[in-house]
Amino acid sequence: MTKYIIKRLIEIIPVVLGIAFIIFAILDMIPGDPARLILGQTATAEAVEQLRDEMGLNDPFITRFASYVKDVIFHFDFGNSYKSGQPVFAVILKRFPVSFKLALCGMIGSCVFGIPLGILSAVKQNTRIDNIISILAMTIVAMPSFWVAMMLVLVFCLYLGWLPSTGHTTLKEFILPTITISLANGCSVLRITRSSMLDVIRMDYLKTAQAKGVPKRVIIWKHAFGNALLPVITTVGSIFGSLLGGALICETVFTMPGIGSLIISSIKSKDIPVVMGALIFLSACYSLVMLAVDLLYAVVDPRIKAKYSSK
Amino acid sequence: MDEILLKIEDLFIEYQTELETVRAVNGVSLEVKSGRTLGIVGETGAGKTTTCLSILRLLPDRTGRVTGGNICFRDKNIYSLSEEEMRTQICGEKISMIFQDPMTSLNPVMTVGSQIYEALKYHNHENKTREELERRVDEVLELVGIPAERKTEYPHQFSGGMKQRVVIAIALACEPELLIADEPTTALDVTVQAQVLAMMRDLQKKVGSAILLITHDLGVVAQMCDDALVMYAGEIVESGSIEDIFTPGSHHPYTMGLFGAIPDLDSAVDRLTPIEGLMPDPTKLPDGCYFADRCPYAEELCKQIHPTRTSLSGTHTILCHRFSEGLKEVSHE
Repeated sequence: MTKYIIKRLIEIIPVVLGIAFIIFAILDMIPGDPARLILGQTATAEAVEQLRDEMGLNDPFITRFASYVKDVIFHFDFGNSYKSGQPVFAVILKRFPVSFKLALCGMIGSCVFGIPLGILSAVKQNTRIDNIISILAMTIVAMPSFWVAMMLVLVFCLYLGWLPSTGHTTLKEFILPTITISLANGCSVLRITRSSMLDVIRMDYLKTAQAKGVPKRVIIWKHAFGNALLPVITTVGSIFGSLLGGALICETVFTMPGIGSLIISSIKSKDIPVVMGALIFLSACYSLVMLAVDLLYAVVDPRIKAKYSSK
Repeated sequence: MDEILLKIEDLFIEYQTELETVRAVNGVSLEVKSGRTLGIVGETGAGKTTTCLSILRLLPDRTGRVTGGNICFRDKNIYSLSEEEMRTQICGEKISMIFQDPMTSLNPVMTVGSQIYEALKYHNHENKTREELERRVDEVLELVGIPAERKTEYPHQFSGGMKQRVVIAIALACEPELLIADEPTTALDVTVQAQVLAMMRDLQKKVGSAILLITHDLGVVAQMCDDALVMYAGEIVESGSIEDIFTPGSHHPYTMGLFGAIPDLDSAVDRLTPIEGLMPDPTKLPDGCYFADRCPYAEELCKQIHPTRTSLSGTHTILCHRFSEGLKEVSHE
C-alpha cells in the first residue's frame, strides 16, 4: 500500500511539469511586454530593454522555462508578483485558506444535500417522491449560481437580516457561500448517488440481508450505499478539486479573497508569475485530491485494496 | 415429529408491470413438515423461486404481489404479521434462505464474519455480548468447514463453493426451523455440488431444520428429499413422497417428460428426449390444462377444461384429466 502511494506521488511530478509547460507556453504567447508593464508607460525604451535583459526575457523560450522550473524545484521560488513585488508563493498562501475552507464547506454541503436525496430518490424509484426530487434537482441545476447567490443575499441579508453578505473569517459568513455552492454541486452528487444506488439496489446480497432480518435502514445505508459509494466519491472528489480554484462566482458575489479571484485579477493585470504559480499550485492540489480519492476507494472496497497491495 | 411447519394454501402471485400481468404462481398448496426435506422441481419460469420469495415476503415491492391464498408458518399467517414482526421473528430466525448464486449473494464490501454476525445481532433476544456472538460466528464457520480465522476476509477471497458455504453459514446462524434453499448448487461445479449437498444433509441432522429445496435437477431431489413436487406454469402438477415420484407407475405427462430428458446409461441413445415446445405465456394462460399444448396424450377435453387434482394414493396427487376420469394406467417408460 505504501509502495502504491509513493508510486502515485512520483507520478504527480510529470503531470504537474506537463501542465506547467502548457501554461508557460500559453502565457508566453500573450501579447504585451512584462518589462513595460512593470516600469509603466513613461519609462524609456532603454530602461525597458535593460530590465528585459535582467529578467532574462530575451532568452529563448526553452531556456526561460528551464530556469523557471529550476527555481521552483531547487529554491521553491515561483518568482515575484509584477504588481506588488511580493513572492508569488506568499501571495498564494495568503489566499489559499479561504479557498480551502470554502471548498471544504461546499463539498460537505453538497454531500449533505445530494446524498440523502439521491438515496431517497433511488429507493422510491418511479414514485411521486422520486419525480419531485428529479424536478427539484433539474430546477436547481437550471438556476445560475450568481443569481442564486444574489437571491440569497437579498433574502437573508437584506430582508431578514440574519446573515452577513460579505466576509471570510467567521463561520456565519461562510453559510451563504456554502449554500450557493452546495445547491449547484449537490445536484450532481444527487444524480450520481441515485444512479449508482439503482445499480446496486437489485443486487442479490440485499435480498440476503433482508432474508436474515436486517432492518431496512441498515440495508439501505450500510449494504446498498456502501456498495454504491465509489462513483459518489469520484464525483465529490472532483467537485472538491475544482472548488479549490474555481469558486469564482461565490468569491465575487460574497467578496471572498480566494484563489479563483486572485487568478482572474492577475490575468487582467497580466501578472504572469502569479497566474503561473497559482495554476501550478492548483494542479498539484487537484492531483493530490485525486490521489486521496483513489486511496478512499481502497478504504471503501476491499477488492480495490487488494489490487493496490499486489502492485 | 411430523408437525406441519409451513403450510401454503391456494397461493396466487402476480407480477404487475405497466404493460401486462404475469401470473407466476397459480393455486399452489404445499406443506413442509418439521425435520423433513421437500423438493420443488420444474423448469425455469415455473414459479419455484417466486413461491419461495413470497414465504419471506421478499417479492419485489411494487411489481410482485400475492393475489390469493395463505402462507402459514406454524399457526401464524405470514401476511398478517407487521413488517417489524416479520423481520425480528421470522426472517433469518425461524426461516432463512439460501440463494442461487453465491457469487452475488454476499456483500462484497463486508467481511464474511461481519455478514454472519449481522444475522445473529438482529436476533439477539438473549442480549448476548459481542464476544459471545463472535464466538458463535466462529462456531458456525467451523460447522460449514471454514477455518474461523478466515472470518476477517472478504467474499472475493473465497472460491464459489466456499462462498456458498458462507451463505449457508449465514442461513444457519440462528438455527432456523425452516431452511429455504433456492437452487443452492446450480452455480457450482459438480464436485462442489456434491460437497455442498452432503454438508446440508449433515447440518440438517445436527440442527434439525426442515428444508425446502428448489432445484431443476432430479438427481439432487432423489439424493436429498423426502417429498417432492413438480411445478409447471405456476401450478403443482404432481406431488408425493420421493417414492411416489420416482417409482414407475402413474405420472403426470410432464413428470414423465422430465425423466425422459435425463440421460440413461442402460439404453444406448444418441439424443435425449426433450419435451417439445415451450411453457405457455404466463401473461395469457390457456383455459384448459396448461400443459395441453406440449402433452403427447392431450385430447379435446384437455384444451377446454382445466383439470382438477386427483389423489392416487395417500400422498400422491396428480393434476391431469387422464387420472380424474378413467384412471388409465400410464407407464413410466
